[in-house]
Parts: sequence; structure tokens; C-alpha cells
Amino acid sequence: MQELPQDITTAIDQILQKFPATQRQSAVIAALMLVQKRNKGWLTTELMDLVADYLQIDRIIVYEVANFYSLFDLKPVGRHKIYVCTNLSCMLRGSEDVVNYLQEKLCVGLNQTTADGKFTLRAAECLAACGGAPMMQIDEEYHENLTPEKINKILMEIE
Amino acid sequence: MQQNQICFRTLHLSQPWSLKTYESIGGYKVWRKILTEKTPPEQILAELKLSALRGRGGAGFPTAVKWTFIKRDAPGQKYVVCNSDEGEPGTFKDRDILLFNPHQVIEGMAIAGYVMGATVGYNYVRGEFNEPLARIEEAVLEAQQAGLLGDNILGSDFDFNLYNVAGAGAYICGEETALLNSLEGKQGWPRFKPPFPASYGVYGCPTTINNTETFASVPVILEKGGQWHLDQGKPNNGGYKIFCVSGHVNKPGNYEIPLGTPFNDLLALAGGMRAGKKLKAVIPGGSSAPVLPVAVLQDLTMDYDAIAKAGSMLGSGAVIVMDEDTCMVKVLARIADFYFEESCGQCTPCREGTGWMARILQRILQGKGLAEDLDKLDSIAGNIMGRTICAFGDAAAMPVRSFLKHFREEFTAYIRS
Repeated sequence: MQELPQDITTAIDQILQKFPATQRQSAVIAALMLVQKRNKGWLTTELMDLVADYLQIDRIIVYEVANFYSLFDLKPVGRHKIYVCTNLSCMLRGSEDVVNYLQEKLCVGLNQTTADGKFTLRAAECLAACGGAPMMQIDEEYHENLTPEKINKILMEIE
Repeated sequence: MQQNQICFRTLHLSQPWSLKTYESIGGYKVWRKILTEKTPPEQILAELKLSALRGRGGAGFPTAVKWTFIKRDAPGQKYVVCNSDEGEPGTFKDRDILLFNPHQVIEGMAIAGYVMGATVGYNYVRGEFNEPLARIEEAVLEAQQAGLLGDNILGSDFDFNLYNVAGAGAYICGEETALLNSLEGKQGWPRFKPPFPASYGVYGCPTTINNTETFASVPVILEKGGQWHLDQGKPNNGGYKIFCVSGHVNKPGNYEIPLGTPFNDLLALAGGMRAGKKLKAVIPGGSSAPVLPVAVLQDLTMDYDAIAKAGSMLGSGAVIVMDEDTCMVKVLARIADFYFEESCGQCTPCREGTGWMARILQRILQGKGLAEDLDKLDSIAGNIMGRTICAFGDAAAMPVRSFLKHFREEFTAYIRS
């Protein structure tokens, strides 16, 4: 890929409107998110370079940001990312059972992707939904008060 | 007990997040009045001071004092920033404010902009909050279309433009200077202070940062008066506070109740202990706050000063409840893992110390603890505290020290076996 698709650059231009004209770097997180979403959920060096060039910032800055934040992936992932919160409030209400159940059901360990490439399973730190513990996030959506039946239903409905 | 009088005052209505609903209960009335009457900022600050509103994000700093750090007439751009990077383990209130009453956050930020002469506001929302972000984006659009945000608002000559910005997963970005760096498109490393954000904030300009709940409290205080707000709570602890109750209770959830409410009343609101178990301990202000054993809780009231006196802190209002079957070694090991995972790595005591503590605690949990481990944990915690750029180091150390103080025998039992 020689340059970013036009609809992506248009979206980045819109994001840039939020910031002073001299502060193009401020759009880097949002730009990487857009690009990652388009590229099956992960970032290649080539894509990071394109973002850096478009924002007119040093490539190293983009690598730093992509490495620092947990929502960026630098290796291929499944079509859907499952994040099970395992922090204290969820642990007190059975998040370990949720992790074990998902591991068995999907036949994967944590940080692994299912053989069909559909799901990547992960443990997450607090996702700020402790009132609905145990909970998980799949892609952009929160699922709370999890039980095995509820998990089955949620997974069934995902393409 | 009255509930939901401030940030959750729209909660009982249908579509509580819409502009129509918000205006139906008097929303934006204060904002319109300020712009029409050109209320002197000093008058607004005086009401806020009287109200005894303190920061709802964790530190509990008096909001009116923070707002006086910025000189309204100083030349150059100034900024107002809302910290919606909710991530303190056990906290889930800002998510509900953004979901169910986003306009009140917008109104609070706009008023702050007026008081401090800031014409631009950023609301930094954690990257995982897709639904809450969508809600407040929609609310900002509604407010713009109604002429309540933008340039020359209601013909007042005052401009205030508000933008929502999403993070990308990093607990540390809830620390205000890490958040500023993140807003600037950098990795979220906290900055040295001084200079403080009031003089050197986002893009090096004077900046005021408050928590979502703090901003959302402002319109109600100005509508009903600072004295009203003060009267709802206790002296120096004015108003209502959202307590996020999680863990071993029957009805986990958010409860917006007056500051100074007895802990036992809050526990009763949350449905009491699950499965008829006995209460063992509570972390009253998010996982960074020292744990309190049941003996201390019986007479505790839920306000900044009382919880500080009891040896912990109100923090973000995240009340994590643990019953008699809870293994405190396992709980502390989990907390220590979290701080190890989220340490940004900038300061050596924190970067190395959090890993060291987490590994020792895992070792104890696996029954391989050594006789000297508890003293070692205490010493590592002591060597982190006060020796880092930001408060994260203290936040990682305090739980360790408090668990060892109150539940030492559980740890020694693990080591002996």
C-alpha cells in the first residue's frame, strides 16, 4: 500500500479539526484506530509509517504510541477480540470461571486465537463495569453479568 | 434517604440522555443565565467555594480552589479538560454519567470555560468506552445545534467549543499529566510537576482538569446554590457522591447518596451481603485505597474526612466489598499484578518495585513464600512511596502496606504452610 485510502484520510482530516493546526500529532491515536480497524484489527509497520507520513510526524512517535496503548495490536489477531475483565471486582464474582469456560469452549489459552481465526481471547484490566461483574468486552461491546448460558448465546450471535 | 439528586437527576426519566429531557428538568438554565446576565466569574467561584465541592476523581481537591489557579484575563489560549478515563479498579460511575446524563457534563465544562476564560474543552474518554463516547458525541452535536456550544454563544460574545477525544487503553492516562500527553498524541507518561497544568497544561497552555462527576456537579450547585449543596453533606464534604458498590453484595451498582452517609446504610442500599455471608473488609475508594477491616467499618461514614481518619481514602468512590470467605493473599496478589501490568515504566522504583512485589505475592500464594518475604514487601513498598513522578507509585504501595497491616496473619499462614 502506497498511501492511506481516501475515506480514511478524510476521516483523519475531520479528527484534525479538533486540534490546533500545529498539533497534528494529537490525531495519532484516533488515526491508528481507524487504520487498525480497516486492517483486520492489527497494525503493520507499513501502516504506521503511512499514518506518520500523513500526520507529518516522526515514525518513531507512531511506533511508541502503538506500543504503549493496550488497544493496539502489532501482530495478526482473530476477527473478534474478547477481553475478559479479571480485575478484583470481577474476580470476586467469578471471572476466573468465565476465563476457564471460554478457554475450554474455544479450545484456546489466553492471548491465543482460535483455529478458525474467529476469536482472540484475552484477560483485561478493569473495564469500569464492576456493577455488572463478571463482564467481558467483545470488539466494541460490553457484556455484563455473565453466566455460561449467556456466554453461549453471545458467542452464537457473532458471525 | 434521598438519592440521585445531582449527576443522576435525569435517571428516572425516559431517554435521560437527550437534550429535551435534560432541559425539561432545568438543564442549561444556569448556562443561559450566566451568558445572558454576564455573571461575574468571582460570583460563580464564591458559590462553588461555599458548596465545598471536592474533586470526584480521586484526590478530593477543592474544585473552587483549583479553578482560581487560572487567571481568566491572562493572554493566550486556555483549556478545560474533562477526565473521563475511568479506570480505577472498582469504579464505574463516569460511564453511567456519560451514558445517562451527558449534557450535564457539557454544561459543567462550558461553565468552567466561562469562569476561566477557556474557549476550548476536551473530554478525554477511555478507549474502551465506545457506547458512552457515542452518547456524549451525540449530546455535543445536540448542544451545538441548539446554539449552546460554539462561537458567540447566544449572542454573548463568548466562545466555547467542546471536543471528545478517545484514549486507547492505559490506566495511567487517568493521571492528569499523562492524560495531557495522551491528548497531545504521545505515550501516556506522567509529567514532572511543577509546572502544574494550571500554568503548563495541554500544548503548554494553562489547563484545568476535572473528573466527569465533578463537572457534572457544577450546574446543579449553581442552580440550587452553594449553601444547598453544602447542607446535603457535611462541612468540608459538600453534596452527594456516587458510590460504586461492587463485590460480594446482593445489588452491586451506583448509588448517588449524601456524603457523610453511614457505611452500613450504603451496604443496605446495595442489598446487603450476598448469600448471608459476613462482611470481612472493604476497599472504600478504588484499589489504590488502603483496605479497611470490618471493625473499622461499623462506625464509618462515607465522606472524605471520615475515611481519611479511618486510615484510607474516599478516592473515586469505588467501594469493593469482600465477605468472610475472601482470601486476602489472593486479593492482594491480584491488585499487585494490576499495578505491575499498568506501571508506565518511567520511574525505576515503580517499574521494578511493582514487578518485585507482584512476583513475591504470587510466590506466597503458591505456598512457596519465604520467611523474610513480608518484611521485604514492606520495604519495597516503602521504597516506592514518594519516590516517583506521579501518584501511581503510592497507589501501588498503599494496598500492600494496608493488607499486611490488617491481615498479616493470613500471609504468615500461607508462608508457614
